[in-house]
Amino acid sequence: MPMFLREFLSWMLRYRRTWKSTIVISVANPLLFLVAIGAGLGRLVDPSSLGGLTYLEFFAPGLIAAAAMQNAYIEGAFAVHGSLRRGQGYAVAAATPLEPRDIMAGHLLFMAFRIGTSALAFAVVMMALGATRSPWAVLTVPAALLTGMAFAAPLAAWTVTVDKFDTLNKVFRFVLMPMYLFSGTFFGIETLPDWLRPLAYVLPLWHGVDLCRTLSLGTATLLTSAIHVGYLGALTAAGVAAALVTYRRHIHV
Amino acid sequence: MAGDDGATPLIQAEGLGKTYPPRDRRGTGFRAVAGIDFHVNRGEAFGFLGPNGAGKSSTMRMLGCVSPATEGTLRILGMDPARDGRKIRARLGVVPQDDVLDPDLTVRENLTMYGLYFGLPRRVIKERTERLLEFAQLEEKAGEPLGALSGGMRRRLTIARSLINEPDILLLDEPTTGLDPQARHVLWDRLFRLKQQGVTLLLTTHYMDEAEQLCDRLVVMDKGLIADEGSPQELIRRHSTREVLELRFRIDEHEQAAEKLHDLVRPGEGERVEVLPDRVLVYTHDGETTLAAVTAARMTPITALVRRSTLEDVFLRLSGRTLTD
Repeated sequence: MPMFLREFLSWMLRYRRTWKSTIVISVANPLLFLVAIGAGLGRLVDPSSLGGLTYLEFFAPGLIAAAAMQNAYIEGAFAVHGSLRRGQGYAVAAATPLEPRDIMAGHLLFMAFRIGTSALAFAVVMMALGATRSPWAVLTVPAALLTGMAFAAPLAAWTVTVDKFDTLNKVFRFVLMPMYLFSGTFFGIETLPDWLRPLAYVLPLWHGVDLCRTLSLGTATLLTSAIHVGYLGALTAAGVAAALVTYRRHIHV
Repeated sequence: MAGDDGATPLIQAEGLGKTYPPRDRRGTGFRAVAGIDFHVNRGEAFGFLGPNGAGKSSTMRMLGCVSPATEGTLRILGMDPARDGRKIRARLGVVPQDDVLDPDLTVRENLTMYGLYFGLPRRVIKERTERLLEFAQLEEKAGEPLGALSGGMRRRLTIARSLINEPDILLLDEPTTGLDPQARHVLWDRLFRLKQQGVTLLLTTHYMDEAEQLCDRLVVMDKGLIADEGSPQELIRRHSTREVLELRFRIDEHEQAAEKLHDLVRPGEGERVEVLPDRVLVYTHDGETTLAAVTAARMTPITALVRRSTLEDVFLRLSGRTLTD
């Protein structure tokens, strides 16, 4: 068994005891948003302004990507910080044959599990509510997973270098939340002023939102989907590459 | 295998040092360990005695292969931590200074999780877990969450956990710090049993009684260096007298009394006077006789106590400071 699977297994062992509390924040919370905004507030939006789509159809696939980002922050930033600074779970693993890269890879695999299963639960509800228009919508699960990992890997790489928990809170409030609002989740970025729009195209979450939305509506093209996947994949790879270095430096001090 | 033939030491350090990089661009690095030599033989209980900040924990982290040495050489079980960290760690047991147990898991699950890290089969983990729970006297707590444990129990669980891979070497960083006297004695008993089973123990401590109880041999560390090395008895013989007379005087008489005491000792025979802020220590071969001489010189200490020399006295002699400074 590869060493990093030992780290993954230890996270799963822990998860057996903690999954109930994570369901609330990772699954129930996005679903409440979906119902309250998508099906509730969304009734006020005239489908003619969305090219014939209901607001729920527009909003739901955007939210599955945004929820993946949020879960990536919980797992890739808050949990990583706890493992290194407070609970010191990383130090416990580091005293065993595991190398920092095994600890990193095993934890990332667990993050993928968390982000993926949350996206799956969300997709099931999304389909049950009739918020999708194409069978391609099943691919929103791997698309949301990739979106989440494009955040989780770079976040984990950065978080091991962060001393203060407060820094993570600040970044969540002043970087993640604006991205949550301005990446086309709640409204299309076409409605942004001309000067702001190019900025949205750079935001990783926009790529995730557009990928999930076009899949759910059946309007995805090979080229734009490949660009989205390539961009998100590159971010994930860059995050892993950086984490290989930062994990070694901050675990083997 | 090298290091296993009994002739070569299990652990050998030469000029071992650790300098931490500066925390920011303006800062300077911190040299926590400044070039130390020591070796540990199989089956020994070896101690690092010194105050906080002496470099003990940094040394332990290097021995645990989680902190690369920045100078000198280190060989553990005949291997180089820089190259064979995995292989060495597979044969180490580590008891860190803080009990980093998993609060979400039960007592038994904490052991199981650690067994997984060593890649042990489930069957082996299960069997060893039951044995270790018994060793740590935690059978009744096995299914309970971590919150149900006292400080002493947590410590015993941490030690039990470190034994799941049946290590050749056990590294204990301040094993009894923060425990009440009874819990310490229980722990010492457990460590003593391990030693008898042939486990090599390495421990850091700033308690001299702990070092005297547990260590066959120890090094006294101060400011990143080794001040001296030997068995507790050797060190006491080398740096102290057999007995110590501890005297307390009224504050206004303290200085004056200390002056007079110098006349009562025979420096040629290793006797001396050590003046501490709150008391005066007279190092003497015969405490009672010296006390009689003090009384005869019409000095009136508030309290007088004759005791045997301890490692605390050795440390005071070597560093000019007490261990708890």
